[in-house]
Amino acid sequence: MRALLQRPGADWAAAGVLAGGWLVALLSLLPEASPLHVPAFAVGLAGKYLSYAILALAVDLVWGFAGILTLGHAAFFALGGYAMGMYLMREIGARGVYGNPNLPDFMVFLSWDHLPWYWYGFSHLPFALLMALVVPGALAGCFGWLAFRSRVSGVYLSIITQALTYALMLAFFRNDMGFGGNNGLTDFKDIAGAGLHVASTRASLLALTALVLALCLLASRAILRSRFGDLLVAVRDAESRTRFIGYRPEHIKLLIWILSALIAGLGGAFYVVQVGIINPGEFAPGNSIEAVIWVAVGGRGTLWGPVLGALLVNLGKTLFTGLLPELWLYALGLLFILTTLFLPRGLAGLWRAAKPAAVADVTPEMTPVDPETAP
Amino acid sequence: MNTGVLKPLWLALVLLVCTPALCRAEDTPLAGLRSSDYDTVAATVTGLAASGNPRAQAIITALRDGKLFAPDDGSAIYILGPAGYTDAATGAPVAGIDPDNVSKIEENNRVRVAVAGALALLDLSAPDAATRRGAAEAMLDHPDSALLPALDRALAHETDPGAHAAIVLARAASLLSTGATGQSEAVLLEAVASLRAEGTQQARAILLSIQNPSAAVRDAAASAVGAIDFKLRLWSVGQGVFYGASLGSVLLIAALGLAITFGVMGVINMAHGELMMIGAYVTWLVQGATNAVLPGEAGLGLALAVPAAFLVCGAAGIAIERGLIRFLYGRPLETLLATWGLSLVLQQAVRSLFGPTNVAVVTPAFMSGAVKLGGIEITLNRAAIIVFAALVMLGLTAVLRLTPLGLQMRAVTQNRRMAALMGIRTPRVDALTFGLGSGVAGLAGVAISQIDNVSPNLGQGYIIDSFMVVVFGGVGNLWGTLAGALSLGIANKILEPLAGAVLAKIIVLVLIILFIQRRPRGLFPLRGRAVES
Repeated sequence: MRALLQRPGADWAAAGVLAGGWLVALLSLLPEASPLHVPAFAVGLAGKYLSYAILALAVDLVWGFAGILTLGHAAFFALGGYAMGMYLMREIGARGVYGNPNLPDFMVFLSWDHLPWYWYGFSHLPFALLMALVVPGALAGCFGWLAFRSRVSGVYLSIITQALTYALMLAFFRNDMGFGGNNGLTDFKDIAGAGLHVASTRASLLALTALVLALCLLASRAILRSRFGDLLVAVRDAESRTRFIGYRPEHIKLLIWILSALIAGLGGAFYVVQVGIINPGEFAPGNSIEAVIWVAVGGRGTLWGPVLGALLVNLGKTLFTGLLPELWLYALGLLFILTTLFLPRGLAGLWRAAKPAAVADVTPEMTPVDPETAP
Repeated sequence: MNTGVLKPLWLALVLLVCTPALCRAEDTPLAGLRSSDYDTVAATVTGLAASGNPRAQAIITALRDGKLFAPDDGSAIYILGPAGYTDAATGAPVAGIDPDNVSKIEENNRVRVAVAGALALLDLSAPDAATRRGAAEAMLDHPDSALLPALDRALAHETDPGAHAAIVLARAASLLSTGATGQSEAVLLEAVASLRAEGTQQARAILLSIQNPSAAVRDAAASAVGAIDFKLRLWSVGQGVFYGASLGSVLLIAALGLAITFGVMGVINMAHGELMMIGAYVTWLVQGATNAVLPGEAGLGLALAVPAAFLVCGAAGIAIERGLIRFLYGRPLETLLATWGLSLVLQQAVRSLFGPTNVAVVTPAFMSGAVKLGGIEITLNRAAIIVFAALVMLGLTAVLRLTPLGLQMRAVTQNRRMAALMGIRTPRVDALTFGLGSGVAGLAGVAISQIDNVSPNLGQGYIIDSFMVVVFGGVGNLWGTLAGALSLGIANKILEPLAGAVLAKIIVLVLIILFIQRRPRGLFPLRGRAVES
């Protein structure tokens, strides 16, 4: 078992992400006349894709390795994003439209006279980054503790994760919540004193995102190689047996669930700083499901698959929505259908099929089909 | 105007003006209008309306319109009409008035209130019962004891029950208003009792504003207010139950199809909402077609849309089962993803065919509007959906319990292999079951087209709620779905006034999430071996 979990793919993926991200970042710093210059919008796109890849990795950790299909991971992603967005709002200071040094523009617009308590501290970047981890982690902790303890699993869990993100979306749409309502948080100026529209800042952010993704990949690999990783796969493939041996599957699931939420929150923070806006639409259930399809396309149960899937699908989305906007939903829909029908293990599965020597990596295969329920 | 006709009138006027007795009789009630004291003017207006004077309507209307003038000297009052001045008391034209020598009779708010009341009083003798009723209701807003004699007179020969009740109320209000202190206690108590019987918000306001009541009247009024408050609260609970049942019936009809596909078959069909959307578009198309053949028959179009939507969506469901879902049995999470993809394709297909904007589905006349049942307002389209949802629920129960297909469906659900051994063609039953659930989704689309915008996004708004209902009610159990839909609908509507619509929805969602932790298999879980698989 241990031998099967070596996952050299994760090292390669980490190296590839780091190299690719840093190359794009460096090329964007070349003078504009240079033929190798990468335009600013491409840097932003690359940063966005890498942030999505972090989310895909988070989804894969719970779905691919613990068998929990989450339809609400965009909630953790968006919460991390809001934490970062709140810092960036505070950083605007008196440069907003209303020029109020103490309140963000939307609060002035709502004629609030003081900052709500939950905005305290967000003028400090380290605090905001901490919150981008703590808030999603705490929510995942509460939710997971309740859900796994009472053994809610399978589709029921999927449906209530969807309800969770839907409830959060409705909540963040309310102006009274104090997070900018419908419009969300935007018009950011700079981060830690560096202008967000400056090429060097953008390049550094991209390089940083690539670094964080690479570190997340390596950390995930380390976790999966550990004894905890073995348990995780055991829970995925035979939860009852694991319980009868004497382990507590609910604790194992809760731990990976929280870890995954932390990674998703981090991804959200890097997403917002590079995309420049966060609004309640990020909580939409459709976004979470899209994140699942990145993982499915790339191949769940491997670490490099979801990263590849997130990059490819989003690249496809950018190209499609630019060239043939009407066709994008057909393409995405067919991607869902064809992947589940013909590529249940995603691109990673294709790779393995082409290389039989590499034997079965731990299959992300579903539980064996029960003859009682099979048609 | 033709001066030839006016000649005899001229003569008549001269006669009138020169007959002292007549002058005196007609002058007296109008003299107050010349007063500089607005209260006197107001009292005169009220008195004039109550007097039964045939000229009252014309004079008071002229006052309201600023067309009433008094000469600076003399005692007459003139009305400025399109043809010049006429005498207010008689209606006869008056010649030779210099506009510089007359001044307009001004109004203040007190006078305006009196004018409105007086005009309403005059309307009390209108030939049309609705006008009389409207007049009495208008009088509630400015009750005045001076109107009492006229109200009594109107009450004596009022035959329309609605107008009668309104006049009784207006009379009670006038009795209890300022200046009614001279009335005997028995009369006042009777008025309080009639207001109590009326039991409206307005009656309550009048009871609260009684001036200088005696102890007995005060007590009676206080107890009447209490009784009215209680009654109003009961009605508002009833109204809430209706709203809740209405929302619940929408949830029910949206979730019934899922109760079949998800509950009975265990298939997570994320395209369920899109099947509803297709049902709504079928309604729109069928209505368009019937409108082309028989214009104006929106009800017929809707009636035809019911079977059409069922068949179209049922056929689509069978195609989906045969073409997609049967390859994914035993892999519920993959089914979820594939059907989500399908939902995106269906949305975009409808958008390409019919455009991204809303299409207008007509609500037939018999389903629009509202009726008042006691204190509860019942919107007819909502009521129709409650009835429709109940019928679909009954029909579905009948299909499952009474037909061979229903028997086979239950057999396959409970023990697929044994059912196959007994000669049931399980793949066929699967396809038909999924077709049935999808057809019911189409019916839901017909119902929802009557209350919601029909656009390609219609389905998305219902899918999460529908799954919540099925999961909350208990999978595999139609009665659980019913209980789930009604309790969620009513819980939502009870919370709405307390917390606002959006917050109420959030609270309900959170409560469901917590509830699932306690009862992971819903309100009415199925028991038995099949459940564990």
